[in-house]
Amino acid sequence: MKPPQFAYHAPTSVDEALGLLAEYGDQSKVLAGGQSLFPVLSYRLAAPEHLIDINRLPGLDQIERTPDGWRVPALVRQRQAERSAELAAGAPLVTEALAQVAHPQIRNRGTICGSLAHADSSAELPAVMLALNARMTIAAASGIRTVGSDEFFLFHMTTAIEPHELLLAVEFDEAGPRTYTSFQEFATRKGDFGLAGVAVTVTFGDGGTVERCRVVAAGVAPTPLRLTAVENLLTGTVLDERARAAARDAARRAVDPAGDVHADAEYRRQLAAVLVHRALTAVHDKAVHDKEENNHGA
Amino acid sequence: MEPDLADRPGTLDEAGARVVTVTVNGERRGGLAPVRMTLADFLRHELGLKGTHLGCEHGVCGACTVIVNGAAVRSCLMLAVQADGATIETVEGLADGDELSPLQQAFHRNHALQCGFCTAGFLMSITAALREGPVTTDEQAREVLSGNICRCTGYAGMIKAVRETSAQTHGEGA
Repeated sequence: MKPPQFAYHAPTSVDEALGLLAEYGDQSKVLAGGQSLFPVLSYRLAAPEHLIDINRLPGLDQIERTPDGWRVPALVRQRQAERSAELAAGAPLVTEALAQVAHPQIRNRGTICGSLAHADSSAELPAVMLALNARMTIAAASGIRTVGSDEFFLFHMTTAIEPHELLLAVEFDEAGPRTYTSFQEFATRKGDFGLAGVAVTVTFGDGGTVERCRVVAAGVAPTPLRLTAVENLLTGTVLDERARAAARDAARRAVDPAGDVHADAEYRRQLAAVLVHRALTAVHDKAVHDKEENNHGA
Repeated sequence: MEPDLADRPGTLDEAGARVVTVTVNGERRGGLAPVRMTLADFLRHELGLKGTHLGCEHGVCGACTVIVNGAAVRSCLMLAVQADGATIETVEGLADGDELSPLQQAFHRNHALQCGFCTAGFLMSITAALREGPVTTDEQAREVLSGNICRCTGYAGMIKAVRETSAQTHGEGA
């Protein structure tokens, strides 16, 4: 269908946008890339009275370097981030996952921050940002606050962003020299939402054991889900096949997905477990590959 | 579409619609858009460019794909008012007079369409993709086609058309 009626606002400064959000709050929706919002409107799943289009806000459309990593402001398109050579080198988890986000035609307009604010629990980017321990910069007329990814995702399509607030940017750190990442997903057709997805970051210590890790599953819970049982199991171990198989089994026990018309609960559980195994194997292979390269170089 | 509208971009008329001015297929055009009007409906109903088709109206089928400021996008997932000032390419801009573009000719040669409803969207998606670089394998071609849906003749002819056009425009070896 056509979108329902709304009043349209196109502020040209962040202050103006925050003023509109302060005024209209829960009667409004923020429009960034619109690639999730317009389907919601066209299905009449929501009928906000006010649409606040942030596309004309200045200074929010370029990826910025920070001392520890990157800041991705609200108007950075997914395709723009996907093509960033710097991100591919320093935050390959983001690049790897972006290739699986819908299609280029969607990524050309869809934004990174928009996907986080929409917070579909099957989506790739929320899981990635949770795995990266990202920080969300949230602005309101009264000031700016930062929310960590562990506190950001609350429920299906529900985040810590209040109705009068705007997600200004997401920040995440560069992967250090002994940190490896992997994103794995299975979708029945290229570009569809995954039936399940897994994002993993692993940092190895001096002895080659897992110093710390974050293991996140998408599509198996009302939010992207950290599998802390798996993380605890892996911390301190060598990431050999025995540890990876144990992680897979722990993942199977850790998730309790709902079934739907696309896949029943047991299938999703099995899929999440298999994807954890695949992601950890990919991480292990990358680490081994780098080690061999270094030995050759020495 | 009245010529004087092109000189008042972004203003509100009494009825709550806004004047939207775009450069479409090289020509500066203006029209009136109620704020909730999608770019797709604006192109079709305000500017009379009915080559752009609307299938699902929620971003899944790809039939309404057009090129906005150089990037292929769904014109049903964008408001006309958001396109004010943009440069837009639609299927009407592909041919040079009666001379079809190389991609259109390749579609013709390879029977890459049947009913034609989805064709404009495919043509615009592929046109944008081939500007980014060559497509040298069937797998790459499938990837290029993956954001659009055809429900009658299928994709085999399109894969051939994409690869032939790529070889023609980027060179055989590319």
